[in-house]
Amino acid sequence: MSELKSGSNLEKVLKAGHFAFTGECGPPKGANVEHLKEKIEPLKGMVDAVNVTDNQTAVVRMSSWAASTIMCQEGVEPNFQMVCRDRNRLAIQADILGVYAMGIRNMLCLSGDHQRFGNHPESKNVYDIDSMQLIALVKKMRDEGKFLNGEEIDVPPRLFIGAAANPFADPFEFRVYRLAKKIDAGADFIQTQCIYNMDRFKEFIKQAVHMGLHEKCYILAGVTPMKSVGMALYMAKQVPGMDVPESLIKRLRGAGKGKAGEEGIRFALEQIEEFKEMEGVAGVHLMAIEWEHKVPEIAERAGVLPRPVV
Amino acid sequence: MIVADRKPLKEILEMLDGCNRVLIVGCKGCVSVCNVGGSKEVGILASILKIAGKKNGLDIEVDEKTLERQCDPEYVDQIKDVVADYDVILSMACGVGPQFLSERYPENRCLPAVNTTFLGGAVQHGIWEERCAGCGTCGIHHFGGLCPIARCSKSLLNGPCGGSADGKCEISKDVDCIWDMIVKKAMEQGRLDDLLKFKPAKNWSTARDGGPRKSVREELVQ
Amino acid sequence: MRLSYPSNVKIIQVPCSGRVDILHLLRAIEDGADGVYVAGCLEGECHYISGNLKAKKRVQYVKNVLEELDMEPGRVEMFNLSSGEGPKFTQFAKEMVERIKTLGPSPVNS
Repeated sequence: MSELKSGSNLEKVLKAGHFAFTGECGPPKGANVEHLKEKIEPLKGMVDAVNVTDNQTAVVRMSSWAASTIMCQEGVEPNFQMVCRDRNRLAIQADILGVYAMGIRNMLCLSGDHQRFGNHPESKNVYDIDSMQLIALVKKMRDEGKFLNGEEIDVPPRLFIGAAANPFADPFEFRVYRLAKKIDAGADFIQTQCIYNMDRFKEFIKQAVHMGLHEKCYILAGVTPMKSVGMALYMAKQVPGMDVPESLIKRLRGAGKGKAGEEGIRFALEQIEEFKEMEGVAGVHLMAIEWEHKVPEIAERAGVLPRPVV
Repeated sequence: MIVADRKPLKEILEMLDGCNRVLIVGCKGCVSVCNVGGSKEVGILASILKIAGKKNGLDIEVDEKTLERQCDPEYVDQIKDVVADYDVILSMACGVGPQFLSERYPENRCLPAVNTTFLGGAVQHGIWEERCAGCGTCGIHHFGGLCPIARCSKSLLNGPCGGSADGKCEISKDVDCIWDMIVKKAMEQGRLDDLLKFKPAKNWSTARDGGPRKSVREELVQ
Repeated sequence: MRLSYPSNVKIIQVPCSGRVDILHLLRAIEDGADGVYVAGCLEGECHYISGNLKAKKRVQYVKNVLEELDMEPGRVEMFNLSSGEGPKFTQFAKEMVERIKTLGPSPVNS
């Protein structure tokens, strides 16, 4: 890892050994550029890069590439996300070239939630390739300068490749192997699903460190502050692959009426402190769902400001 | 076998609107095995149509015939002397049946009475599940004899995805996560290394994506 | 027991309610019966183990068909009783007749 692969801010921050801090932003459910800019505003200077979701939970929103481009123009670095659910390999490669041409330098490769969850459940499935193959594809385009079919690319896209890992999905024993597989396929950085069960996560990261994965790839731990007891219960019961310990729910309840949000932030801040010291964790990915305006406060209290300028 | 479900009665009745003489043609193949279009089901549908007819004050005549199969011209030919007597031919076979009937009897209207769904087998008496997507390049031996193309909702070749929970697919608790099964089987049999190998992008050109397909046995073609 | 049941109930005897097929129930309706019911053994007491459970499912199938045809599903029914329960037999017969009287003649007979 001597020469920079993409030259993105996130890559530079991680390479320099700083504890990275990334955020997330969902594009609007329309062409409302003003609203998007309002969401981006509080994130300026608070994070190293911002994930821009791609029709998340199969609900149609402004495309990630467009929102990412606008974000670039606003002076914030995007983590462009692409899901395999909506595009075949032709559109995928075309979009990769397109986003690189527009100045985007980070790309997160995901499978994508099945369209059954979303607002257009009758649509046709694509899934021409899966997230593992997408990671390998972006690497091939960048490092070999070739398309999937082996043809030369006229100015290859040089993207910093990201992938997701869910340490809490089943089968648990296999998760660290799948992470290893993604890293072998070409993932430069990983963001995990939001963590609440710290003990279980520590087990996972220990295995990853044991396999030397943290030396080949930067692992960012996912954090989402709980806004309310209701949110905690929803996450525990309705979201697949989520592990919310009973102790956390109790703690939020115990905080008293109207104070659960503050307690949720406190828990998140404690987590961030632990992650800073945890071997194998190169940073934190903060997903303040529907709470983007809280990011500056959380960043301040977490002691991650100012963000390094590399 | 090919599995199908009978169309809702309202839809069938709408299709038959204005028809007085109906021939229901069943099939002793797949649809008999999955109890949707064999001679018994033909009888049931015939009675239902007569009840519906009488209820609406119409005197519809419904006849029944069950062929060995509707996917071979020799069998489809067997009704050639009677088709002219009917306003419409209602096939209870899989999607192939009504099409073969339509081609053989272009003067007649040949309608489908069932919705053909998938290639599958019986997991229990009365319950059938999808097993094969007809992708044209079978690779189940790479996955312990289980097919992720047909049985993974996302057709992942390097699964599982992050939505697998308690052995179930994220789309429904009624759907098993095939990748959970594939991984567990590999771990039990000490063949985890197979799953750690990167599986490259699939060649979908042999599947329906490549266009309508044809199968030829040169040694049999005259 | 010399109990009487309504005379407009026509009985067809079968060795087990499981012998009754979907087609028998449909043909009865098709041929103009205003209602048709199956009287079988109490659940768990079928001499042939599960014949009465099969009959129950078939009755439900026909109810569903009637509903799809915008006819009253109550025109077909399943009753369970033991062979020693003479009064119950009469009771079910009367109950079904009352029900059909309320529903009126079958739409097939209009």
